[in-house]
Amino acid sequence: MLNDTSTLSRRRFAAGLALGTVAFALPMRAAALTVDQARSLIDKAVGDINAVIGSGKSESAMIGDFERIFAKYADVPVIARSALGPAAKQASKAQMSAFTKAFQGYISRKYGRRFREFIGGTIEVTDAKPVKSYYEVISIARLKGEAPFDLRWHVSDKSGSLRFFNLIIEGVNMLASERAEIGAMLDKHKGDVDALTAALKNT
Amino acid sequence: MQLAIPSLSMPMTRKFVPSVLLCCLVGAGFCGCSRTVDPMATRDPLEPFNRQVHAFNRSVDEFVLRPMAVSAKGNGELAERISDFSANLGKPADIVNNVLQLRLVKAGENVLRFGMNTVFGVGGLFDVATAAGMPENDTDFGETLHVWGFGEGAYLEVPFIGPSTTRDLAGSLVDLAIDPLNHLNRDQVRGATVARLASRIGDRGRYSELVDSVLYESADSYAQARLLYLQNRRYKLGQTADEGNFVDPYEDPYAE
Repeated sequence: MLNDTSTLSRRRFAAGLALGTVAFALPMRAAALTVDQARSLIDKAVGDINAVIGSGKSESAMIGDFERIFAKYADVPVIARSALGPAAKQASKAQMSAFTKAFQGYISRKYGRRFREFIGGTIEVTDAKPVKSYYEVISIARLKGEAPFDLRWHVSDKSGSLRFFNLIIEGVNMLASERAEIGAMLDKHKGDVDALTAALKNT
Repeated sequence: MQLAIPSLSMPMTRKFVPSVLLCCLVGAGFCGCSRTVDPMATRDPLEPFNRQVHAFNRSVDEFVLRPMAVSAKGNGELAERISDFSANLGKPADIVNNVLQLRLVKAGENVLRFGMNTVFGVGGLFDVATAAGMPENDTDFGETLHVWGFGEGAYLEVPFIGPSTTRDLAGSLVDLAIDPLNHLNRDQVRGATVARLASRIGDRGRYSELVDSVLYESADSYAQARLLYLQNRRYKLGQTADEGNFVDPYEDPYAE
């Protein structure tokens, strides 16, 4: 009898081990899959950006293109909410959607203008890896007459689809920078989200 | 030269060394010896003073530096020659710092770079080393202090110089003192100072849109300049682990 149980438990142990390995392997495979997806998302985004940089269009046309790229690949609602900070809690749904729309235009103009300096340059994705609860896709920007610089994209699928939610340029965190900036603008408008939204449209 | 952090500033001249030294001593000194830092953390106990200096520096930029940079624009080739020449003049000091940091490979690379640019680049007017694919390896005594275990200290905005920290300002002062170029004759030293000043004006022109957007288009240019300087500096010193730069907008969307 004693022998039987031990056989059973050994068998159970083996089965458990096998199951455990499968259970362990599955998320590993899923993670590997998503890292590849995150990388290919940024590959596509970078391809679109490079096409705009090389298009030779006017600045306003380029900014329009960047807004479409930003809306397509970035998790704009979550970036906007995060930039707005604690005030997002008190804002109504309508206020949030108006703010998000204005924020999207503001970011596209601000960064789209900066991308003009990228004309003649290219961005190349070099690596991707899971970090904590998100994926970091690493790219290198090579600009004419400049030392190459490091551009990192933070990607998550928490919105339901894979999107980037932050950009790190030579260590400078875009989300942190926009939190400081939007926070300062909100202070200037005495905490009035509608006034901030109106101001963003002209910034 | 990196794109992300332009010089919002002019180089230090010896004249106001005593005044900055005073600022440095008065300001909170070194503290802690932490190796990695929270990239989001900002230690700025002198903020009210710093903001006044920032307003002053902004005026200097608006009325002196920026107009000079704008009027010098169009001389792209000349600006690049001055920039390369000035960068080459900084190499002997970089080599001293590389040695003090015990980074001997980088010291060797910088010796080679300095030799190549001085000999084949017509006294440093042409950066042939970068064209040949050699790394730039810029450094300073602030980085040496970091390597020796000093923490960055408190954030400082220094008149005429711009964003710094107590550690980095102390480093700049030491850099002035240990610069091998000091052994040149007086006219040569004066020439080097002029080249460096001119190079800063060139840089101001080269990164004009970035500097303008930070200084004149931000709601709080002081906060933006501080964040840009600290995060970029920590990145260059290798202090930010990958996950350290993570802001999670999903978990904690209301966090400050």
